[in-house]
Amino acid sequence: MALSILHRMTGVVLSLGLVVLVSWLFDAASGPETYAVFLSVMDSVIGKLLFVGWSFAFFFHLANGVRHLLWDTGRGLDKSEANLSSWLVLTGAVVLTAVFWWLAS
Amino acid sequence: MSLRTPLGRVLGLGTARDGTSHWWGQRVTAIALLFLGSWFAWCIAMMPGFGYAAAIAFIGRPMNSVLLLLFSVTLAYHSYLGIQVVIEDYVHAPGVKLVALILSRFAHVLLAAAAIFAVLKIGLNA
Repeated sequence: MALSILHRMTGVVLSLGLVVLVSWLFDAASGPETYAVFLSVMDSVIGKLLFVGWSFAFFFHLANGVRHLLWDTGRGLDKSEANLSSWLVLTGAVVLTAVFWWLAS
Repeated sequence: MSLRTPLGRVLGLGTARDGTSHWWGQRVTAIALLFLGSWFAWCIAMMPGFGYAAAIAFIGRPMNSVLLLLFSVTLAYHSYLGIQVVIEDYVHAPGVKLVALILSRFAHVLLAAAAIFAVLKIGLNA
């Protein structure tokens, strides 16, 4: 049940991530000086913490989104099934986030 | 007894006049983003570095340019649909709601335009 609002919250967080993605592309297109400013902001401690948050928000929203798509087909709507899938989504999101950072490091 | 006209029933647009297009658009972009987002996450994890040269080389590779274009535009549309629902649900003052909806639309179109221009500029220069 709590996952419903978390889906929205991560969605809003990821919309802010879209701004960063576009900044990345746009600052790269603008040239090395502009890009250096972007990089210095994102390379800070706060920037890195935000990135960890975005990665979890991304994988949670993705996993829970798949759950929503399955619900749209009429599957997995029982209370026990929904409870099980909520744990699968949370675990999956944590695992995917961990794998992402393991691959990135 | 249904008061709906035969034409109204065939068009299937309902009282809000846009039928299921919002719902459907959100789902189709969600499915697309499942693939594009996974691809992007993989690329970011595998990036050798985020320096200027590495970024330009990555964005400028033709296949990456195409997928980045699709990803950012699809993401902007999906985000637009999602933020629209959030505004409609939580902003209650009619005037503020309208302004917020319009600003969100402008912002998302701006983001999509900036992404398209940036990727094309880098991709066509490479």
